[in-house]
Amino acid sequence: MSVETKLPYDQDYVSSFSDKRNEPNWMKEIRLKGLELADRLEMPRPDKTNITRWNFEDFKHSVDGDKITSANELPDAIQAFLDTDKENKNIVVQRNNSVAYASLSSELKDKGVILTDIATALKEHSDLVEKYYMKDAVQIDEHRLTALHAALMNGGVFVYVPKNVQVEEPLQAVFWQEDKEAATFNHVIVVADENSSLTYVENYISHNDNEKAVANIVAEVIAHDNASITFGSVDNFAAGTTVYVNRRGVAYRDAKIEWNLGQMNDGNTASENVTHLIGDNSFSYAKTVSVGRGSQIQNFTARIVNHGKNSNGLILQHGVMKEKSTGIFNGIGKIEHGATKANAEQESRVLMLSEGSRGDANPILLIDEDDVTAGHAASVGRVDPLQLYYLMSRGISQEEAERLIIFGFLAPVVNEIPIEAVKNQLTEVIERKVY
Amino acid sequence: MMAGSTLEIKDLHVEIEGLEILKGVNLTIKGGEFHAIMGPNGTGKSTLASAIMGHPKYEVTQGQILLDGEDVLEMEVDERAQAGLFLAMQYPSEVSGVTTSDFLRTAINAHREEGDEIQLMPFIKEMDKTLDFLEIDKNMAQRYLNEGFSGGEKKRNEILQLMMLKPAIAILDEIDSGLDIDALKVVANGINEMRSDSFGCLMITHYQRLLEYITPDHVHVMMQGRVVKSGGPELAQRLEAEGYEWIKEELGIEDETVGNNA
Ligand SMILES: Nc1ncnc2c1ncn2[C@@H]1O[C@H](COP(=O)(O)OP(=O)(O)OP(=O)(O)O)[C@@H](O)[C@H]1O
Ligand SMILES: [Mg+2]
Repeated sequence: MSVETKLPYDQDYVSSFSDKRNEPNWMKEIRLKGLELADRLEMPRPDKTNITRWNFEDFKHSVDGDKITSANELPDAIQAFLDTDKENKNIVVQRNNSVAYASLSSELKDKGVILTDIATALKEHSDLVEKYYMKDAVQIDEHRLTALHAALMNGGVFVYVPKNVQVEEPLQAVFWQEDKEAATFNHVIVVADENSSLTYVENYISHNDNEKAVANIVAEVIAHDNASITFGSVDNFAAGTTVYVNRRGVAYRDAKIEWNLGQMNDGNTASENVTHLIGDNSFSYAKTVSVGRGSQIQNFTARIVNHGKNSNGLILQHGVMKEKSTGIFNGIGKIEHGATKANAEQESRVLMLSEGSRGDANPILLIDEDDVTAGHAASVGRVDPLQLYYLMSRGISQEEAERLIIFGFLAPVVNEIPIEAVKNQLTEVIERKVY
Repeated sequence: MMAGSTLEIKDLHVEIEGLEILKGVNLTIKGGEFHAIMGPNGTGKSTLASAIMGHPKYEVTQGQILLDGEDVLEMEVDERAQAGLFLAMQYPSEVSGVTTSDFLRTAINAHREEGDEIQLMPFIKEMDKTLDFLEIDKNMAQRYLNEGFSGGEKKRNEILQLMMLKPAIAILDEIDSGLDIDALKVVANGINEMRSDSFGCLMITHYQRLLEYITPDHVHVMMQGRVVKSGGPELAQRLEAEGYEWIKEELGIEDETVGNNA
């Protein structure tokens, strides 16, 4: 079916939006190209979910949020994501489509580390941003949503760690959609240059249970030779937000990208998490957990493509589905010709908590090379009655036993979130969603 | 000293998926007593243990199980444990994502009143002490419950739970199977450590070997879903030496498995 919807914003709007933000010319060109393409391109088609009728085009595009001078002024619900007892926080807090608060330790600044909102990055590091912005990871012309994203990008952060710098403490971004109708067209770029390492954690929060909003998010994560990136997230858009989130990694020689995604949105969500293992000996472990509730429909496609020799790509997807929710988990391992000694493993599992929920676990292996190893596992089912029996035989109530089993099932991501406050928030969100 | 509990099993009949496995089991276990149940494969020993604990697949069709006069069959599985029953399982489940330590603490607290939960430090002290006693690597407490444990590690973990939960009546289903000789001694030490007037124990085993370390007061033989013979420790020794043929001859049993009647 061809989509005959009229785009909500035109060339004049996009140009003046770019001008108003004093963006470099290359950025404006990307926007205009995106706008033009969005008009002609089709919607993406995630396997087993039709998203063509989802609301991706009815929203308020540009809403500023008030600035604050200290993190203490943030409401409790947002502060809860911050490890407030730690000084030297390295954090950007985005409120609607502008920055409310930002901080980076002078030590990291001195080492050349960049952690800043995307608008500032375009002003202060235009060349560096241009080098990565929709170049080697996500393309503008993949489909209508990437094109729309390019045209209307209105927030996000830029993270860069120079060669040979190891950043021990996590870098954090909190994206707070305070306005209930503001659209989130965030663009996140995380780059670890050669022999460097970093941990990045992002959080999305909104409160629009009834008001309609849209999130169209792209994250591009680049690990240069021998670099290591651990990327964590807790996504918690409210039920009114339709979410398209595309997180993509590129790992060069001996590089490592680990994804720990807690995808806890309450609205319809199409999530793509693709990693290209370009270099020899590159590695990725892409983990995602989710809880579905109400009547939300979610599609999670994780894909790792092995290009490099001896590259290793592991996927883990665990979803808990309750009420009338639907969760589709596509875990795809693709080994390209020439990627000798590569390894690809996928594990997709869905735990169903109700009769009315729907779960689908599809681990898929596509192999164009002989000399490789691979494996996959999938399951869709209820809480195991024998596990319940075992736990209950020690005096634990059925409710508590189920809770242990469910949290255990989601532990592969929860346990990997490096910021204590964020981990606690993820645990609380799970608690809220499951009970 | 607290008086021990009494578990009474009266004329117990149990079905699994419509097939009758237990055909009238009678047995009484009192605090302070150690019982052993022996018997060939497939004669209903694990079924008895499972029915006592309340395994979801087993249906009691006739008879009674009473703990200090209370109707166990009316209780949920967790209530049975809280009433004082414990089953070390022949094949314990693996629970991914739940550490052995968190599980143990939750289980201990389930036996306590709200507001009287065990504090973290006393818990860790107690756990470490028991781990040492059972010669279990401390790392095991931080591993996910039974996940990837060797057969022997699983058995030790069952005894760890036994020692920390301190039930009134414990049933140990083949706690000795798969243990090397050193592990067997360690596990037997753990069980003997529990010995007191307030602790009763039913050990299901195939081997006299275990009973050399833990001397039972009573030995029972199961065949065809019933207890067909009971005696003292000498009965186990004779079984070890002579096997089960003589009992079958004595009782006129041709096929000892549950699908068959004498
Ligand atoms: N799910 C089931 N469906 C059908 N029959 C079953 C099922 N579970 C157990 N049984 C049967 O019940 C009988 C008794 O089994 P049980 O496990 O109680 O034996 P056991 O005495 O513990 O044997 P072992 O010494 O080998 O552990 C066996 O014949 C077994 O095949
Ligand atoms: Mg058995």
